[in-house]
Amino acid sequence: MAKRKKAAGPGNELGVQVQLHSMMLPGLLLMIMFNVVPLFGLILAFKNYKVTSGIAGIFTSPFYGVQNFKIIFANHDFMNMLRNTLGINLIGQLVSIPLTIALALFINEIAHTSMRNTVKTVTYMPHFISWVVFGTIVINLLTSDGAINKILMAMGAYDKPIIYMAQPNYFWTISIVSSLIKEIGWGTILYTAAISGVDGALYEAAEIEGAGRYRKMWYITLPCIRNTITIMIIFAVAGIMNNNFDQIYVLQNAFNLERSEVIDTYIYKVGLQQLQFGMASAINIFKSVIALALLFTANFASRKLTDSGLF
Amino acid sequence: MEKAPKTRVVRKSDRPFMGVLYFCMVLLMFLTVYPMWYSIVNSVNSAADLAQNGYAYLWPRDFTLDSWKAVTRDPVILQAFFITVSRTVLVTVLQTLITAMFAYGFSRPYLRGKKLYSVIGFISMYLNGGVIAYFILYNTLKIYNTYWVYIIPALFGGFYNVIIFNANYKSIPDALFESAKIDGASEYRIFFQIVMPLSKPVLSALGIFTAVGTWNDYSATLYFTRTSSLQTLSYYLLSITKSSKAAEELQKAMSVGVAANLGNVVSQSSNFRTIELACMVLAALPLIIVYPFLQKFFEKGMMIGSVKG
Repeated sequence: MAKRKKAAGPGNELGVQVQLHSMMLPGLLLMIMFNVVPLFGLILAFKNYKVTSGIAGIFTSPFYGVQNFKIIFANHDFMNMLRNTLGINLIGQLVSIPLTIALALFINEIAHTSMRNTVKTVTYMPHFISWVVFGTIVINLLTSDGAINKILMAMGAYDKPIIYMAQPNYFWTISIVSSLIKEIGWGTILYTAAISGVDGALYEAAEIEGAGRYRKMWYITLPCIRNTITIMIIFAVAGIMNNNFDQIYVLQNAFNLERSEVIDTYIYKVGLQQLQFGMASAINIFKSVIALALLFTANFASRKLTDSGLF
Repeated sequence: MEKAPKTRVVRKSDRPFMGVLYFCMVLLMFLTVYPMWYSIVNSVNSAADLAQNGYAYLWPRDFTLDSWKAVTRDPVILQAFFITVSRTVLVTVLQTLITAMFAYGFSRPYLRGKKLYSVIGFISMYLNGGVIAYFILYNTLKIYNTYWVYIIPALFGGFYNVIIFNANYKSIPDALFESAKIDGASEYRIFFQIVMPLSKPVLSALGIFTAVGTWNDYSATLYFTRTSSLQTLSYYLLSITKSSKAAEELQKAMSVGVAANLGNVVSQSSNFRTIELACMVLAALPLIIVYPFLQKFFEKGMMIGSVKG
């Protein structure tokens, strides 16, 4: 944030300060209550907490050392869900980042403004539909008598319907493709903004040199939006431990659990269904520490490599 | 956002490329819209027909509003609808006001204690106590499993929104503030009569994001309520999706390859299915209807955000 000089005189009167602080009071109290106070809950990860001991129990229950962490790492479910979390996110980002950039580039190539706006309007739309709705649609499309089976069977890909949602092997693909369709349009917004900021003279110069469409994309547009791409990649790396709970929880069922259990759904189950607060908090800390470390590493790497970063 | 550039001239040599490009774009649009269309079509198709011939793809074969009538008469769904609407309106209005007001105080260069507030703000932005901490907190505050669990924790929009508001307020010319001060206007007056009217774009953009997020949210219901009268539309849809699909898939998994059995299972559940679809369309419809009108606002909102982010 840019620092401004302290305005002398009028602003420093007590009355003005009282007014300003009274305006900030509701927000400040809410922020402390609902963002800062819950941080004390992190202590739970190192405690042997009993649900019955209430809020005081956070401080009074006996210390447990790193026992909670040991229990988690010894559990073979944990490794499985770590694999699912990383797999879905890593492959998902590797697919979606290049495709989103490509889509932004090609939307930019559309000659007619009305067509360009239509494409934007339509492809942004699914972003605003909830995952419950979108996930339910996906499930309906994938049932044994759903559209996907019908189409693939009509094309002769196989002759007995595949029950996609009940087979763990398909889950990663389903989750990656469905979020790609839902978010690809919306994902182009920032790239489109960056592309519209590219100096037109560069393209004109390239045209005079005889550069074609793809050369201009590769040698002008992409380098010019490099900073935006870097920032999106840093965010993606930092978010690698975060699955989209809303999406995964809707698509998950008892049959695909082997491939659909991820850290966030596991925390919900261990914590709020089985009420093992200590363990759930420990997983949460494990996740947050790795995410923070990744954020700094990615930022550091990008500073070294491309000279730009988030901070 | 600046004005969209005028339609470019398409050179003759470009035409094949444009043809392929437009074709691909139409295909993409079809892919994104079709799932929604698929559910609308099937929600107005008769259940008996669905059971016999499977899903309809492009157009309802046997048009009926039966499942819509069932949905709009169901007291549970109406209750969920009421909870969702009232929650969305309350949270959007109050959160936008409280956050904008906080941000105004925060944006004044002569505010005392700004450093402290920044520290608290950034801590709140980057650290998170986790769902368990909230569970205990809400229980302590006695808002667990009440309507207020939807409202009170959501009243502040987060420090990220403060940063966006702050960046936006900076574009208001200093002269306006100074002349208001000379006229003896109070900070409240400056905020409500100068800052708010000049911040309409950012207010509407952030307001829309809040409204959409609140309307679509189901995790608050899942984590922090137990009573069915507190269900939101999203949560209700989630619960019927999860319960019906689990049962259906179980039956199907047992009858893989036996086409006759498959048919039976489908006919049992298809009535339920159209109701589910109608409910789903109901949950998405308000957003789809207002969407085209709001698009320019949130596009603007994303740009404002990207300045910072």
